[in-house]
Amino acid sequence: MDLSLEISGISKSYGRYPALNNVSLQAHDKEFLALLGPSGSGKTTLLRVLAGLEKPDAGEVRFGGEDFLSVPVRQRQVGMVFQHYALFRHMTVAQNIAFGLTVRPRSERPSKSEIADRVADLLSLVQLDDMGKRYPAQLSGGQRQRVALARALAIEPKMLLLDEPFGALDAQVRRELRRWLRELHDRAGVTTVFVTHDQEEALDLADRVAIMRDGQLIQLGAPNEVYENPADPFVYDFLGAACRMPGKVEGGRLTVADWVTKAPKGAPEGPVEVFFRPDEVAFAPADGAGLGAEVKAVAQRGPDVRIECVIEGEVFELEAHGPTLPAGVAPGLSLRVKPMRPRVYPRTTVA
Amino acid sequence: MSSSPGSSSIRMPGIAPLLVFASIAAMVLLVVGPLAIVFTEAFSKGLSRFFLEIREPDAVAAIRLTLLVAAISVPLNAVFGIAAAWTVAKFEFRGKSLLLTIIDLPFSISPVVSGLVWVLLFGAQGWFGEWLIDHDVKIIFATTGLVLATVLVTLPFVARELIPLMQDQGSDEESAAITLGADGFTTFWKITIPNIKWALLYGVLLCNARAMGEFGAVSVVSGHIRGMTTTLPLHVEVLYNDYDFVGAFAAASLLASLGLVTLVVKTALEWRHAGELSATRRH
Repeated sequence: MDLSLEISGISKSYGRYPALNNVSLQAHDKEFLALLGPSGSGKTTLLRVLAGLEKPDAGEVRFGGEDFLSVPVRQRQVGMVFQHYALFRHMTVAQNIAFGLTVRPRSERPSKSEIADRVADLLSLVQLDDMGKRYPAQLSGGQRQRVALARALAIEPKMLLLDEPFGALDAQVRRELRRWLRELHDRAGVTTVFVTHDQEEALDLADRVAIMRDGQLIQLGAPNEVYENPADPFVYDFLGAACRMPGKVEGGRLTVADWVTKAPKGAPEGPVEVFFRPDEVAFAPADGAGLGAEVKAVAQRGPDVRIECVIEGEVFELEAHGPTLPAGVAPGLSLRVKPMRPRVYPRTTVA
Repeated sequence: MSSSPGSSSIRMPGIAPLLVFASIAAMVLLVVGPLAIVFTEAFSKGLSRFFLEIREPDAVAAIRLTLLVAAISVPLNAVFGIAAAWTVAKFEFRGKSLLLTIIDLPFSISPVVSGLVWVLLFGAQGWFGEWLIDHDVKIIFATTGLVLATVLVTLPFVARELIPLMQDQGSDEESAAITLGADGFTTFWKITIPNIKWALLYGVLLCNARAMGEFGAVSVVSGHIRGMTTTLPLHVEVLYNDYDFVGAFAAASLLASLGLVTLVVKTALEWRHAGELSATRRH
């Protein structure tokens, strides 16, 4: 696959605060790349560097082999979608979508009827056929964001940049738009960089996920890859609910509290942090193998059961699906909890 | 539309009607009354006398001068206001709060001082006084001085109106326009200006009302040369001191009418475009 976007050594600071610290990553042509991280991780700054709205202090961006940083914003042909839509509030939906075409110099500008046709096509693409004459204020959040996307697509962008596009929408609309956006990307065939702080969204949507923290790229890989092999405790924690316990690895054996098991492949020797997902556990009777636990509370939530346990004096919230739960689990019961896929990281001195 | 906190009424029988009555009484006594007197006095010797007074050469000169000063200083302050609001709202820089304080300064210092600074700079005994006399440039006791004084006094009106709105709107729309291929000029005219037009109009309106009605600062730099450097408010004073009451009130009624027109347009703007005007967001 040919590389479309190459970011190398990008740094940017605001005063004394470093927003991006030597970030390098690549995206393939037509790839859907998610930049995932907590707020302040630099993901939005990186996106704005790609758009040309921020100028990095150091580093290089190449796009299709071209030095992208020397191209002025308005000539980059990137479609940018903002978290709060940034629709032109005094223009109708149709005028918003047409904007990128109407501001072209006369020689490159399509005729009025061509623009009207293009707007109609885009309106139907984003499923807002009858909304062309409305104003942004008359639309719902989800509809506004679809208009913003149509407006960005109107200029036939070489790259689509989305800055938390669903951040201001409610969960239901988010999920709907998510699938829809992925289909749109596949149809439009354009390299897309998507910023989000929602791991579920990133893992669900992207071809590859770049996880960022404190202005640095921590891990880059396919959603499955990063979920299965988080590079460090931060990534493990960030990608989903996590249970964390101290442990020890000695001669290929992992000891966590009263549970001794074979250490996972490549586990470091010495004191470690053991992580497991609260829904990746097996329950066994008190005389079986696993971590000794006492059930404090059990709550049925639809198909899932939430079990509050005390392990080694600490409270853990575990999850189980109805059928895998041994019958008769009730508050006060002692049992054993066996993490199915524990992950082990060297214990850092700073806890 | 958000309702202001004052719109919810508290239950205190007897108190509310009393307070309403008291405020209306005060308004009639202090505002409506004097205004009515201005018009009654202006027309006390009949309509023809009124028109005679305002067509008198000194009055015409005063009206002309007032319009001229406003026509120069209001656009200047509109441009300054947009530039200042743009700078404050769309950029982060050191000394921003200092700039905001300086913009507000003319509101807090006496207009007389705003006039006096120009005299200190350009008056015959001022810093540049000698140089100006040598080169035969007249600033004080001339139209230039009146404009300078008016500009200084009315400086904050447009900027103060635009800053909160533009800060609120942020620069996402401008960023979007630029990524879509618009140049800076297009972005300014097609995105920024339409977004602030009502607030701009509102600010210009207030600025204009103040520019035409300003007395203190203008009085210091004017020199009160009749038919030459007296604006309408100064003309009123001059006539009043001459015991020409009909003339004074006729001129005053023009100023009062200007105020009433301003009030009507202002109210219409507030009613129609409340969300975009900072005045309706301040409590």
